[in-house]
Amino acid sequence: MGTASKAVADSRANLPFVYRQYSAEQLKHVLYKMYLIRRFEEGAEDSYTRGLIHGTMHLSIGQEASAMGICMPLGEDDQITSTHRGHGHCIAKGAEVKRMFAEFFGKTTGYCKGRGGSMHIADVAKGNLGANGIVGGGIPIAVGAALSSKMMKTGKVVVSFFGDGANNEGAFHEALNMAAVWKLPVIFVCENNGYGMSTSTARSTAVKNIADRAAAYSMPGVIVNGNIFSEVAEASYKAVERARAGEGPTLIESKTYRHRGHSKSDRNRYRTKEEIEDWMSNRDPITLFENELREFGFIDDKGIEAIRVAVAQEIADGIEFAKASPSPHVSETGNYVYTEQA
Amino acid sequence: MPIEVILPKVDMDMATGQISRWFAEEGATVKKGDVLFEIETDKAAMEIDAPASGVLRDVTGREGVDIPVGAAVAWIYADGEAYGTGVSAEPMKIEAPTSPSDGGGRAAGAGGGEPAAAPPAPAGRPADPPHKGEGEGRARATPLARRLAREAGLNLSALSGTGPYGRVVKADIDAAIAKGATKEASAEAPEAPAVASTPGVKAMSDDQVLRLFEPGSYDLVPHDNMRKTIARRLVEAKTTIPHFYLTLDCELDALLALRTQINAAAPVKKTDKGDAPAYKLSVNDMVIKAMAMALKAVPDANASWTESAMVKHKHADVGVAVSIPGGLITPIIRHADEKTLSVISNEMKDLASRARSRKLKPEEYQGGTTAVSNLGMFGIKDFAAVINPPHATILAVGAGKERAVVKNGEIKIATVMLVTLSTDHRAVDGALGAELLVAFKRLIENPMGMLV
Amino acid sequence: MDAMVRELSYAQAIQEAMAIAMEMDERVFLMGEDIGVYGGAFQVTGDLVERFGTERVIDTPISELGGAGVAVGAALTGMRPIFEFQFSDFATLAMEQIVNQAAKMRFMLGGEVSVPVVMRFPAGSGTGAAAQHSQSLEAWLGHVPGLKVIQPATPYDAKGMLLAAVADPDPVMIFEHKLLYKAKGPVPEGYYTVPIGKADIRREGRDLTIVATSIMVQKALDAAAVLEAEGIDVEVVDLRTIRPMDKQTVIDSVKKTSRLMCVYEAVKTLGIGAEVSAMIAESEAFDYLDAPIVRLGGAETPIPYNPELEKATVPQVPDIITAARDLVKGVR
Repeated sequence: MGTASKAVADSRANLPFVYRQYSAEQLKHVLYKMYLIRRFEEGAEDSYTRGLIHGTMHLSIGQEASAMGICMPLGEDDQITSTHRGHGHCIAKGAEVKRMFAEFFGKTTGYCKGRGGSMHIADVAKGNLGANGIVGGGIPIAVGAALSSKMMKTGKVVVSFFGDGANNEGAFHEALNMAAVWKLPVIFVCENNGYGMSTSTARSTAVKNIADRAAAYSMPGVIVNGNIFSEVAEASYKAVERARAGEGPTLIESKTYRHRGHSKSDRNRYRTKEEIEDWMSNRDPITLFENELREFGFIDDKGIEAIRVAVAQEIADGIEFAKASPSPHVSETGNYVYTEQA
Repeated sequence: MPIEVILPKVDMDMATGQISRWFAEEGATVKKGDVLFEIETDKAAMEIDAPASGVLRDVTGREGVDIPVGAAVAWIYADGEAYGTGVSAEPMKIEAPTSPSDGGGRAAGAGGGEPAAAPPAPAGRPADPPHKGEGEGRARATPLARRLAREAGLNLSALSGTGPYGRVVKADIDAAIAKGATKEASAEAPEAPAVASTPGVKAMSDDQVLRLFEPGSYDLVPHDNMRKTIARRLVEAKTTIPHFYLTLDCELDALLALRTQINAAAPVKKTDKGDAPAYKLSVNDMVIKAMAMALKAVPDANASWTESAMVKHKHADVGVAVSIPGGLITPIIRHADEKTLSVISNEMKDLASRARSRKLKPEEYQGGTTAVSNLGMFGIKDFAAVINPPHATILAVGAGKERAVVKNGEIKIATVMLVTLSTDHRAVDGALGAELLVAFKRLIENPMGMLV
Repeated sequence: MDAMVRELSYAQAIQEAMAIAMEMDERVFLMGEDIGVYGGAFQVTGDLVERFGTERVIDTPISELGGAGVAVGAALTGMRPIFEFQFSDFATLAMEQIVNQAAKMRFMLGGEVSVPVVMRFPAGSGTGAAAQHSQSLEAWLGHVPGLKVIQPATPYDAKGMLLAAVADPDPVMIFEHKLLYKAKGPVPEGYYTVPIGKADIRREGRDLTIVATSIMVQKALDAAAVLEAEGIDVEVVDLRTIRPMDKQTVIDSVKKTSRLMCVYEAVKTLGIGAEVSAMIAESEAFDYLDAPIVRLGGAETPIPYNPELEKATVPQVPDIITAARDLVKGVR
């Protein structure tokens, strides 16, 4: 992505990172994408309640700034591994919502041809190597992808998204250690939304901040407010620079909150209504970003309204596309287990 | 070939027996006719004689445990006969299956099939005692021998097996063919059935059925769950319950008169569709009540069969077969013996209407102690219904029709309804069923009894 | 074939295969614990690190889960890793990556990716390494669609099947019996492959089919030689691949001999013998069986330390001879 011109940069010298680094068009596109993630998940939730989607899903509503901020400095060739709460990562990395809806509806036009669903959503062409149903499952895989990048000298950076729950998995520790020992171009992004299903980090994790774990693996550990787009993007930008320079991995802890329950079967017994309400009304990442954009003169109310209308249209079109798409035939159940012999 | 010593059936109702005492021990030389062991039944102790002379081996029937009728309890080896190789040149003797017990009484274990429970294998012996003649004349043979016998038209059970446990192997078939056993030999002997342990005819496959019709001359309607459930439950009921049937005439004139009177007396109730009588009894409502009261009067017939015990019910819960689109269902009037006719009638209307819209809850159609099936509205004169387990009875009700009847030497006209009671013979014997049906008839013909 | 054929040990054959694969394709590299200067716990990688350097012969930390995951990730993104578990027992620590990730990635993503990883599992008893270093767990992985699981029994197959595994687009798990590493056999020089999913008839016979895997193949051949003197003619089928299984070769053999015995070192219950037996019972070969099917497998215990007990827990040549004789003579 191009950067703002020198003159513009000077006039923004005192503004937060992203307003110095990116153009108004780029930032408006970020707002568009944050709305797209929010509305996509709301649309998926609505389709779920209408019985159009089966299984379950894990919504990241409230975490949009984290997904967008981390992916902001990534190029299309860079790769990510994602989590069961991965819709935002997928859109942030460039996926089309219509093919995501199609996947959720189990259709052949979906990214995984209806075989993966929400929990395994992927867009390999755009560098998303897939959401993972196993907590921590994607972390060593990201390290392996970074090893490929180093061995093949492709210059790709790999981001591994995971939640606070994964920081207590063995895979997390083994993978961080190897990435540091081998100085691989990988960024570990812990989206700490406070709860591993129902168990709070205070009850599950011995360190106060998950970023503190970085010290054990000799890599920088950075804590950002995950609901402030600029903070997240700035930390990601630095980590990407470090990775590309061959200096090795970074652990970013993005502190955020999920507005919804863990999955569709969550009764929210482990946190208070007041707590949820506080995050929704006072710390919503889209509202915070929108307010900054308006305050710094990057957009006006009309511009925001136009974005909302356009997003609503893209979501409606996506759902229609998914509905109209064909389902796989049961005779194809055995496809893709092994590579088809030519 | 050693001679098998079995636990014989010595009592009509006997499925298993216990050996109370052995008079000869492993390795003893016995003479044909010597007392080998004693069986204890609930009526008497029976002494069992040796079926042959020789040496007693492999005494597997232990004292004091239940052993299925027909199971081998020991073997008698002829003097000098090799023991332990399981191979012998003598033809294997296949015991004819025990004949089914007469009288249709409790006949579990009779007529072949797998014994209900195998005796525990004694310590120090392989777990596979050489049962022979198990099942309906099924010979022990390898799959290859079976196929070759089938192809050669040989009757397997006529062959002697030289394999372990007398198993017929390929070499035996080859030998039989070499000896010139011909197809004629098997002409009268049916081919060894592949699935002999399941009595009865094997159902035709879908393909076999469809091949009988011209393609395009039919539509295929896939079964819904209700159809599958009906099919499964009826096959189960008709193949596992020994049904028998009792039919009786009931005169309805008194009942019809009483019904008219009761309906005329119904108070008027305000409903959203205007005024309506608080109840309107049908003949069937009165049949339900009569059946429930009859079961109370003959409580032994208000029962369910289980393998371990007879379940004697304290209430009469009457299931009523309701025909609905695509099938039928049997909602239940609980405690029908205690309910008034008007309560039964209104409850039945509600159940039937919800049955038709498939809105019944499982607890409203599961269980029950008997059932009533009424095809009188179609003019059916008489039929027999299939028992709906766990019930032990079901009453099939025909149409009430005016008929000429002879009373005290005179021909009179009466409205007559034929009813047929199907009973589960394991739970309700003939006389008991008759008693129940007579009690029912008395209530139908003297309907005032249902009001008190 | 003009290639020079020499005698190599099973371990040397694997090493040669890995060297050829790395020479032919720069995407191929090795990962594992102590496979570099140490040469691998069983000296299978030997001095490959000197030829290919530490960048392509990578010593991992003692992190089986993480290491397996890195191999999966590298395979997913274009590399061709060969990952060595020091002992197959240690793969239990990595089941997540093998079973949930490597096996399912292609399927879950609708065919958009493939995971051409090769994993090597030194397995089996007989070394006095006791219960945690002697297991035969191949049936565990044989149960997982998406994986291919092979058990080469000779140096020739070890080389040819490893090269086939590296060329395969899907994850291939190779179970190598530790006692076979020193076994010698003819191995041609240069590149050749032995197909995955194809069983091999090691010895033709009329009276009995023995389906054997891994080290049990040689034991079955030894038993067959003794039985031949008694007039019993044994056919020995080396299964070689347990997923996807070469059913037809076994079926054809049983149709010929009418008797089947399965011999394998893993615990008898719920093992490969059960699968082969059931497959035959379901197949057209059923009507050719002239005797019950017999399984000879490992005892229902962990592998003990004491050498006599250790030997007693897995089928030995005399066990195979006795069982085969009983089966053919009609005692069973």
